[in-house]
Amino acid sequence: MIGQAGTAVWFAQHEARLVWRDWLSMITAGRRERLRRVAVAIVIFVAFMHAVANWTVGRYADTIVDEPLLVGISASILLSWLLMVSQAMESITRAFYSRSDLDLILASPVAASRVFAVRVATIALGMALMALPLAAPFINVLALRGGWHWLGGYGLILAMGVTATALAVTLTVALFRLIGAKRTRLVAQVVAAVIGAAFVIGLQVAAILSYGTISRAAVLQSDAVMAHAPGLDSLLWWPARAALGEVSPLIGVMAASTLLLAGAIALVAPRFGDYAIAAAGVGAARVAQARRGPGFRKTSPRRALRHKEWVLLRRDPWLVSQTLMQMLYLIPPAVLLWRSFDDGNGAYALLVPVLVMAAGQLAGGLAWLAISGEDAPDLVASAPVPERYIVRAKIEAVIGVIALVFAPLLLVLAVASPWHAAVASGGIVAAAAAATMIQLWFRSQAKRSQFRRRQVSSRFATFTEAFSSIGWAATAAVAAANLWLAVAPGLVALAVVAGARFMAPRAA
Amino acid sequence: MTHASPANPSALEIRGLVKRFDRPAVDGLDLDVRAGEFYALLGPNGAGKTTTLRMVAGLLRPDAGTIRVAGIDALADPVAAKRVMAWISDEPMIYDKLTPYEYLEFVAGLWAVEPAVAQARTIALLEWLGLAPNAHERCEGFSKGMRQKVALAGALIHEPRVIILDEPLTGLDAGSARQVKSVLRERVEAGGTVIMTTHILEVAERMADRIGVIAHGRLIAEGTLEELRLAAGKTADGGWRGGATLEDAFLALVAEQAQAA
Repeated sequence: MIGQAGTAVWFAQHEARLVWRDWLSMITAGRRERLRRVAVAIVIFVAFMHAVANWTVGRYADTIVDEPLLVGISASILLSWLLMVSQAMESITRAFYSRSDLDLILASPVAASRVFAVRVATIALGMALMALPLAAPFINVLALRGGWHWLGGYGLILAMGVTATALAVTLTVALFRLIGAKRTRLVAQVVAAVIGAAFVIGLQVAAILSYGTISRAAVLQSDAVMAHAPGLDSLLWWPARAALGEVSPLIGVMAASTLLLAGAIALVAPRFGDYAIAAAGVGAARVAQARRGPGFRKTSPRRALRHKEWVLLRRDPWLVSQTLMQMLYLIPPAVLLWRSFDDGNGAYALLVPVLVMAAGQLAGGLAWLAISGEDAPDLVASAPVPERYIVRAKIEAVIGVIALVFAPLLLVLAVASPWHAAVASGGIVAAAAAATMIQLWFRSQAKRSQFRRRQVSSRFATFTEAFSSIGWAATAAVAAANLWLAVAPGLVALAVVAGARFMAPRAA
Repeated sequence: MTHASPANPSALEIRGLVKRFDRPAVDGLDLDVRAGEFYALLGPNGAGKTTTLRMVAGLLRPDAGTIRVAGIDALADPVAAKRVMAWISDEPMIYDKLTPYEYLEFVAGLWAVEPAVAQARTIALLEWLGLAPNAHERCEGFSKGMRQKVALAGALIHEPRVIILDEPLTGLDAGSARQVKSVLRERVEAGGTVIMTTHILEVAERMADRIGVIAHGRLIAEGTLEELRLAAGKTADGGWRGGATLEDAFLALVAEQAQAA
């Protein structure tokens, strides 16, 4: 069935087809015969997640609703919702700045506002779908054990995606009007990163300052929060009660969110075309670069390659925003380090996994950009340099940045506790190396300016990389207490890396 | 017009080159280009021109065959072969976030050119190509012609003996195209070898010492413009069709090949 050409339905079908093919080619890495292997992996993942869900939340299926529960659920909803806002802002920015088919659409006699309305709705749906792999197993387990009303969780996720997108589109357009098309791209990315990180970090810093532990739950259960919490029938609890499957809050939340998005689209859609055209002019702007030093430096091909990677990493706005987010995540451990520096209460053990996790994530981001984002692969390949140098230079560049970021923290830690610093260093090297290797296996070269397309194609790599980082963080945490006990989590982390190798497309 | 003499060493010598993707792209190709020659490779779309040159540049492994660049076995010792060669594709291989000046320093570093020499050449090349005013601006805002000129400067900075170009004039305006052509011509006059593919027959006609025509992954005709016109002018029964331009000759040769296939 094909809708009438030029209508919103017709565009929606067009978009759906593109998204589906994009997704299919992403998971099959362009080869149909991989489909079965991927299907098996998905089934295993789904089964595993249901087992985890059953083990962790199964017994809460018949729980009684009280204030601490509502606070806990509301906080989780708010946290995931902020992450969605952050993701949605990235998607919206991309919708304006990516040029793939925009020129065709803007040049056609179709109303641009219609296309963008469809795109924004698609993004809203995408945000909800993205949460499903993680949320669905929990909802399913609760529904199976506690009753069908728990399925209301699906409605809530949809409402969250829709409201997050509504807020993101409003924020992005506000940025457009306030600071212009040229700066919006970078600022939107930074804002997205900060929104995503701020909530977690704020809670952790609060928890550390008040209790000296790094669990984010502590502050939520405190008496201070409970005393200020509104009564059970307050509207503020509606999202949490919708998640618990109460019908009228669910309908209310879903209706309100739909209205919100429709309102946001109606408000900003008529000018979408103008914004996209303004964004198109940005690419042509010339950036003068301050000239350093008078002459060319003595160099070797390897050093030239490494130097180039560093210059390019430094000049990448996306990377700057990502690194900024990683730095923000390092604030809580830094606060913890500072707080426990003189009382020496053994909080260092908590620091180790946090540092390792952050190193893995940062290395993954850097490596992905350095390895996959090669603007001139043919130039480097046609240079009289052995092929292994090219990859090695990229890895060296990544590890150099990691060292630069983590050395100061490790140094302070070493003064306080050499053992923990040693374990953390080992974990950081392992996590960074694993993340870099995963990016190597999943590399798909493309121009840096098309960075988003690369990110989509390597989403599987991103997930594996996150699991690997978690694995190494756990290993380091256990190793800090007892080296021998760390063998088991270490093997799990290795298994994740080996699994990535197995799933990676073979080099052509 | 031609520098051909038996004493001239070979700049490029290809024997029995084969590359299959889902179908044969290059199918037992033999090709000789002499040193100091301007050689143009013509052929219809999908004939295997780019695939051939990518294998010469070391960007693609052939399934079979040998490639010698300036006497060096390019498959056995790719690094040595790359040292004397430059590759320029139709999509300029430059970095958006680097300035032309930084780009040339990087390329000079890859080919291990002495820093002082590289810097002097950089300044001269940027001046010569009219890029001096933009030497310290990032390439991301450059037009296609400027980008191609930056890539060309990168190829010349290490003074290669063999320059290989894949459709270097695509999307260039008349001024930039003329500049690129004169740069190439000067390289040949200085004793360098230039091998390029092109769709613009007029370019091949005006600039090339010899022209090779590829179809279905094989060389179907080769020679000077005069020789190609003669070959295409002959009818099947040995008669004479009459004076032909290169376009006539090219279309006749390709049509003949299609009939034979």
